Amino acid sequence: MRPVSGSRARLPRGEGPGAWLAAGSVALSLLALLALLSLLAVRGLEHFWPAPVALVVLEDGRQLAGERVREVPLPEGTGRERLYRTGNRDLYGTRWEWVAVSAIAEVSHPPDLVVLERRRWGEAIGRLTALESETGERVEGEGAWPALEARLAELTSLRQARDALRDEVILPRVRALEEGGDVDRELATANARLRALQAAMEGGRLTLATADGGRLAVPLEQVLRVRRPNAMSPFDKLVAWGEGVWRFLSEGPRAANTAGGVWPAIFGTVLMVMLMSILVTPFGVLAAIYLNEVAHQGRLTRLVRIAVRNLAGVPSIVYGVFGLGVFVYGIGGTLDEWFFDAALPSPTFGTGGLLWASLTLALLTLPVVIVATEEGLARIPDQQREGALALGATRLEMLSRVVLPMATPAMLTGVILAVARAAGEVAPLMLVGVAKLAPQVPVDGDFPFLHLDRKFMHLGYHIFDAAFHGGDVQAAMPLVYATALLLVLVILVLNLTAIFLRHHLSTRHGALTRR
Amino acid sequence: MPFVQDLRPSPDPAAVIDFSPEASSLAIRGLSLAYGDTPALRDLTLRIPRHRVTAFIGPSGCGKSTLLRVLNRLHDLNDEVVRTGEVKLEGEDIHAPEVDVAELRRRVGMVFQAPNPFPMSIHDNVAFGLRLQGGLSKRKRDDIIEWALRSAALWDEVKDRLRASAWSLSGGQQQRLVIARTLAVGPEVLLLDEPASALDPISTLKIEELIGNLKSHLTLVLVTHNMQQAARVSDYTAFLQDGALVEYGPTDTLFTHPRLRRTENYITGRMA
Repeated sequence: MRPVSGSRARLPRGEGPGAWLAAGSVALSLLALLALLSLLAVRGLEHFWPAPVALVVLEDGRQLAGERVREVPLPEGTGRERLYRTGNRDLYGTRWEWVAVSAIAEVSHPPDLVVLERRRWGEAIGRLTALESETGERVEGEGAWPALEARLAELTSLRQARDALRDEVILPRVRALEEGGDVDRELATANARLRALQAAMEGGRLTLATADGGRLAVPLEQVLRVRRPNAMSPFDKLVAWGEGVWRFLSEGPRAANTAGGVWPAIFGTVLMVMLMSILVTPFGVLAAIYLNEVAHQGRLTRLVRIAVRNLAGVPSIVYGVFGLGVFVYGIGGTLDEWFFDAALPSPTFGTGGLLWASLTLALLTLPVVIVATEEGLARIPDQQREGALALGATRLEMLSRVVLPMATPAMLTGVILAVARAAGEVAPLMLVGVAKLAPQVPVDGDFPFLHLDRKFMHLGYHIFDAAFHGGDVQAAMPLVYATALLLVLVILVLNLTAIFLRHHLSTRHGALTRR
Repeated sequence: MPFVQDLRPSPDPAAVIDFSPEASSLAIRGLSLAYGDTPALRDLTLRIPRHRVTAFIGPSGCGKSTLLRVLNRLHDLNDEVVRTGEVKLEGEDIHAPEVDVAELRRRVGMVFQAPNPFPMSIHDNVAFGLRLQGGLSKRKRDDIIEWALRSAALWDEVKDRLRASAWSLSGGQQQRLVIARTLAVGPEVLLLDEPASALDPISTLKIEELIGNLKSHLTLVLVTHNMQQAARVSDYTAFLQDGALVEYGPTDTLFTHPRLRRTENYITGRMA
């Protein structure tokens, strides 16, 4: 039983250097945590804020336009250097430009600079000179910007109409066709409508004049978003920031994980952790019950207990290797031979997937759950057990009606610790089923709805991949920070759920801690 | 302090009082028990009278609690316990293979030293044993719960908050709740292992009153360290030492005219 909170307050407080040392350690730990979280938050979230676009004129007369990223001192005090994100990778082959501060003649922020987000080649930055519609109409000068905004809104609604037509009309018909239904004519009309929509979306393009005098023609269907950051009010920027954060959370990744969102990774992480909890809890609890309630408390039990505690310290990559060898190749390979013979040699379960990753992590966190549950069981006084037995309960009734309900908070503590550990593990996942890119989440409307054999994305692995394997590390860095922040938040939410559940259970049993 | 010279030196204590088999609820014969190599009970033979309060007294470690646990077979759980001899409840051997232990424990209820209500509501605590048995309508169960709480003199204090946690009760109330919980399953014998040792004097008094009332329909066996308590509530007292029965007699006689010096020394507090 935990002590009543009031009684702790009556204990004498620490005095002298010991107390200062202890308090100092607490303060230092908290500071380190705060520093970590604020670094992630600031670096991750500022990325979505529309940065002003500078037009830089250099001493030699060259001009460039871009977002200022940072400024660093040059070695040996020879001045400073600034990094600009200039975009237009299709023109220059790079999106970044280092400029010596001493070489800059003039910096201005003209409001008519446009930033385009495109499907390919990243951003484009420049002045909008002309907009050409699919029929060949040309709008130039002042009128181009409002025309562009109107046209893009139109394109968005066309795109939505096309997606709706595909998902709600065509795909169900195709499925019916495969099952032998007679839907040919309906399908033909729907396809015709789809083609018409497609045609309406194609053809238009815009022309940008870049800062150094180049010209860039961009087909409108390649354009995701346009903005003129220097002309935006703070409120517009706030809205754009909110939209940016939302897209990050709700969309799939683009451009080799260096742009776009992380929704599949969030989904994969949460789903994998939940599956892992479902797998690990019954095993861990039963093992703890056996060790604490059933087994003869002799030398062998003590040995097993020590072994279990030591398992918690085995490096996670070792579990990954075990999972690969036993689950993926062993069990998965056998399953394929027995049930998915037709698909061989391409493996179904004989390759990494959601199920094997969850099982591997369940194995990894099993000791945590066992130890926590066992400690909870050990704290229950024997009088509770004897009281139940003395009323004519069998051992099973005693366990299920008295002991387990009392041990539930401890069990949940074990699950919380397991979730916290599992959600952050990356190393074993790389061996047993995480994917660099799996935009399809493992849950959908096709039977059996939950696809345990599919590979999935994971926030932790996404961080690793974006930071080290993306083509453009500069572009990926803010996303890495944002994803790291998100991973921390996801673990926090998972933990809070379990803590809330535990609190709810212990208050239901009426102040277990109080007299 | 009277110094009693005329004690007979070595009588057979079990022969001092005896009850006819008809008048006794429990009959213990030749009971010995050891925890591994350590003996705890040595060749006990005594009968416990029906619908009376019998107290076991003796120094710590003399085997009183062990004896109590034998009577409802709580020792079954411990592999190390070696037992010989027999215990009969209403003439039937409680260790016979055909005896259902759960059924035996319902017939021989037990209340422990520290109150041990389950972390449930007051109502659910009393209903616990009834639910295990099953087969009762909710209404019948509620009737039994009320009866049990009334029998344990707790009804008036808790009738408005049966759904409150049992852990919110005071220590004395918790102990009476545990007694009510035990009564609800309808035992014939109630074993009380120092039931008031963790309670304040007023709660102790209530428990003692309760014991006096319950003997009208129950056989009670009380283990206590408190001499005054044994003298106040019990009809017969057995004095145990080192796992052996030393003296057993009507409480009045045992406390006023103990026949053995060992007994006298203990009850007058001359023995540590």
